[in-house]
Amino acid sequence: MTWRRTPQPRLVAVLTISQATYDAIVAHAKRDHPDEACGMVLGPEGSDRPERFVEMVNAAGSPTFYEYDSTELLELYKQMWANGEEPVVIYHSHTATEAYPSRTDIGLASEPGAHYVLVSTREHGNNEGPVEFRSYRIVDGEVTEEEVTVVPALP
Amino acid sequence: MAIEVKIPTILRTYTAGEKAVTADGTTLSALIDDLEANHPGIKDRLIDNGDLRRFVNVYVNDEDVRFIGGLQAELKDGDQVVVLPAVAGGC
Repeated sequence: MTWRRTPQPRLVAVLTISQATYDAIVAHAKRDHPDEACGMVLGPEGSDRPERFVEMVNAAGSPTFYEYDSTELLELYKQMWANGEEPVVIYHSHTATEAYPSRTDIGLASEPGAHYVLVSTREHGNNEGPVEFRSYRIVDGEVTEEEVTVVPALP
Repeated sequence: MAIEVKIPTILRTYTAGEKAVTADGTTLSALIDDLEANHPGIKDRLIDNGDLRRFVNVYVNDEDVRFIGGLQAELKDGDQVVVLPAVAGGC
């Protein structure tokens, strides 16, 4: 009998993000802890390049919920339309639970082309220390985790 | 009468991929009925139990309709309507 290893699930999709943008997202999540932090990283339409970091205010100001202010949401999209940009990364933090999309996150996800980044600050809160930083595609209620590659600068 | 309605990515399955369509109506409610006539199924994504869905934002000339009468918000020729899903979630 041949002994065979169970194949490891392989993450085929990948989010490639610069160190500076990664650090900015983590810093925002730590600063706003214990409330959830939220924002986007925009890039040229169709490029899949997260280039322009945009911190948003969590209008819900809550440790368990986030929502952009509706006026700021429109302003952001108008900027994107004017610049030919789209949301490449949509990030938010979980401050007491793991960095995995909740049922609410999944139900409200409405950008099938975006990488949904979840950061969990549950371990170190506002303090120094590692965070969970994970990325997902959320399409029609289906969640697919993807690998995160942090590079010194986008190619 | 023609009112331009910007359609978000998630609803473009109803508009054959179009980013914007034109529709008619003197109120938002009438406009949505007109949209439904040409793009069946879209109304249910905007309205729930006779009211605008909690996590759908609609703007008339950059004003959130919740501040100008909701579904009864008045429209006139040349107005621009934008539909944007809320960016929201929670643990």
